[in-house]
Amino acid sequence: MSPPAKLPRWAELGLLPAINLLAALLLSGVIINLIGESPWAALKLMADGAFGSQESVGYTLYYATNFIFTGLAVSVAYHAGLFNIGGDGQAYIGGLGTGLVCLWLGAWPFWAVLPLAVLAGAVFGAAWAFIPAYLQARRGSHIVITTIMFNFIASALMTWLLVNILIKPGQQSPESREFAPNATLPGLHTLLGKIGIPFTSTPLNLAFLFALAAGALVWVLVWRTRWGYALRVAGQNSAAAVYAGIRPSRITIQAMLLSGALAGLLGLNELMGSQHRILLDFPAGAGFVGIAVALMGRNHPVGIFFAAVLFGALMQGGSQLSFDMPRVNRDMVVVIQGLVILFCGALENVFRGPLATLLARFGDRKDAP
Amino acid sequence: METYTLIVLLLAATIRVATPLLLAAIAGLFSERSGVIALGLEGMMLGAAFTSAAVAAVSGSAWLGLVAGIVTAVALALLLAFACVTHRGNQVVAGMAVNIMVAGLGPSLALAWFNLGGQTPQLEGVGQRFLALHWPGAEAARSVPLPGLLYAELLSGHNLLVYFAAALVPISAWVLFRTRFGLRLRAVGENPSAVDTAGISVTRLRYQAVLISGALCGVAGTYLSTAASSGFVRDMTAGKGYLALAALIFGKWKPYPTLGACLLFAFTDALATRLQGVALPLVGVIPVQFILALPYVLTVLLLAGFVGTAVAPKAIGVPYAKEK
Repeated sequence: MSPPAKLPRWAELGLLPAINLLAALLLSGVIINLIGESPWAALKLMADGAFGSQESVGYTLYYATNFIFTGLAVSVAYHAGLFNIGGDGQAYIGGLGTGLVCLWLGAWPFWAVLPLAVLAGAVFGAAWAFIPAYLQARRGSHIVITTIMFNFIASALMTWLLVNILIKPGQQSPESREFAPNATLPGLHTLLGKIGIPFTSTPLNLAFLFALAAGALVWVLVWRTRWGYALRVAGQNSAAAVYAGIRPSRITIQAMLLSGALAGLLGLNELMGSQHRILLDFPAGAGFVGIAVALMGRNHPVGIFFAAVLFGALMQGGSQLSFDMPRVNRDMVVVIQGLVILFCGALENVFRGPLATLLARFGDRKDAP
Repeated sequence: METYTLIVLLLAATIRVATPLLLAAIAGLFSERSGVIALGLEGMMLGAAFTSAAVAAVSGSAWLGLVAGIVTAVALALLLAFACVTHRGNQVVAGMAVNIMVAGLGPSLALAWFNLGGQTPQLEGVGQRFLALHWPGAEAARSVPLPGLLYAELLSGHNLLVYFAAALVPISAWVLFRTRFGLRLRAVGENPSAVDTAGISVTRLRYQAVLISGALCGVAGTYLSTAASSGFVRDMTAGKGYLALAALIFGKWKPYPTLGACLLFAFTDALATRLQGVALPLVGVIPVQFILALPYVLTVLLLAGFVGTAVAPKAIGVPYAKEK
């Protein structure tokens, strides 16, 4: 077999992901058909459930906010040549940081709590990513394995904290007490209402704007700074990076810190923006969806935004689907997520070769006199 | 005497917990030794757990369930090999994709076929499950104080798959280190181009290794749903595939040390169950979560080089491209 075929930029960034996504959706349709429901009706239900009303759009973007954070986290590590599978754990611990600030500083004014909550989320998330990063950079431990282990360690730690320490006294379920109103993010419908645009009340909140800002920040950092250049060089060819005076081990640690910080901000949306308390397993696999989002979005913030909206729509449309189709449950969304990761990630080369041949033939004809 | 009984029961529980871990870890051993990261263990196990329980429930035979479980896991392994070996896709992504897809697919199909909220029917009939085998004289031996209890609880009283898992360790050690196939398999994980130069197909060897790993995950999954419990429930692997991967690394990619790691991890699990809420002298109550996190912490420490060293197969995770 020859090395992966080269595609023109527009096909690499637009056509190939679209074909891969289509293949994943087609197979999902086959599975829905197998289950005994109509794939076409399911698609219509999902699209309507995800975008049909203000409320559904709000929910879709609310889910998308989580995935923007985790997708950006995966992509920053990816540019440095690292695979961060620990997004879930980093989001969990980052959310703890945000949650603790919201619990402790509830008496403070909102504008004082907010920056501290953002900072705490980022710092806690980065700290959780630091150990695997350090071990990879200095002791050569495989970061995929260590970040998986850290997901489980984070889960054990958080269960212990919630069951034994943070639990609201006199309560059965392991949840913290509710944050004070000062320590919650306003819903986007409130903010829109203030400037005279009516919007239905949904969990969509200020964190969405933070996610967009984080995307812009990542774009500037990775593509418009000296550091971002070093990051990408180290990620593509660490030997060349050394000759260029870049220290790959340092880049590894810095990239993972940024990656963990981004994942750590998930708590802003999920806890400070929506749940208003710390609860068990609030990342709910968003770290893993982040892998799919980064893959689909070709590790570019703009792509990640659209991919995150797509996955948000899947989540929201999927719950609509499980309401209206008795034979389909929410697990179908997980199946579709898995298939998207499979086709857009693991099997991305399957269609690349034929597509390249096709485009080359097409191009030749045009170039001919 | 009381303590002795307690220890024997703890060890018996350890064996029960260790079995699926060991099966999956040996599965991972074959895959990783050939140079393919075994991140799909969790998904292959879970898939097998679902189909084996479903088939056992419908057909009434645990053996047919076992066959179905193995077929499912091998099919998933084939998908992994197709993605990772044939198309040189990212092995980490492929494994995650299978894990996530199966996590959703099991409950989805279970709901559609059995309408029990994502579970399979309870396996209650005779022959639907792999039940504990009682060795001759085990019940009688129980009354004999020390060795009798050991015989009744540790040697006897397990199901067939447990003994299979135990036998698998020397078998896989022999296959990997004493046969030509094993030598080639290990070589392809260290230096595939050398194997290729010798005129042996890298693709074929890696396919074989991944398919073997699928078959063993099939047994592991069947154990979970038809032996350790009676039916499939959502997420019933609960991270055991990742724990098996940790055990494989902790066992330094060698069969006997991997067995040791599985037993150690299973012992911490059994201990955690036993110590729940029990105040120990000097230290007081140890939070159960800390004991459960211990295998992961130990693996990280090992990977960091603080507890010995673990050297992975050199070509692991690197797709092989034949030079033209």
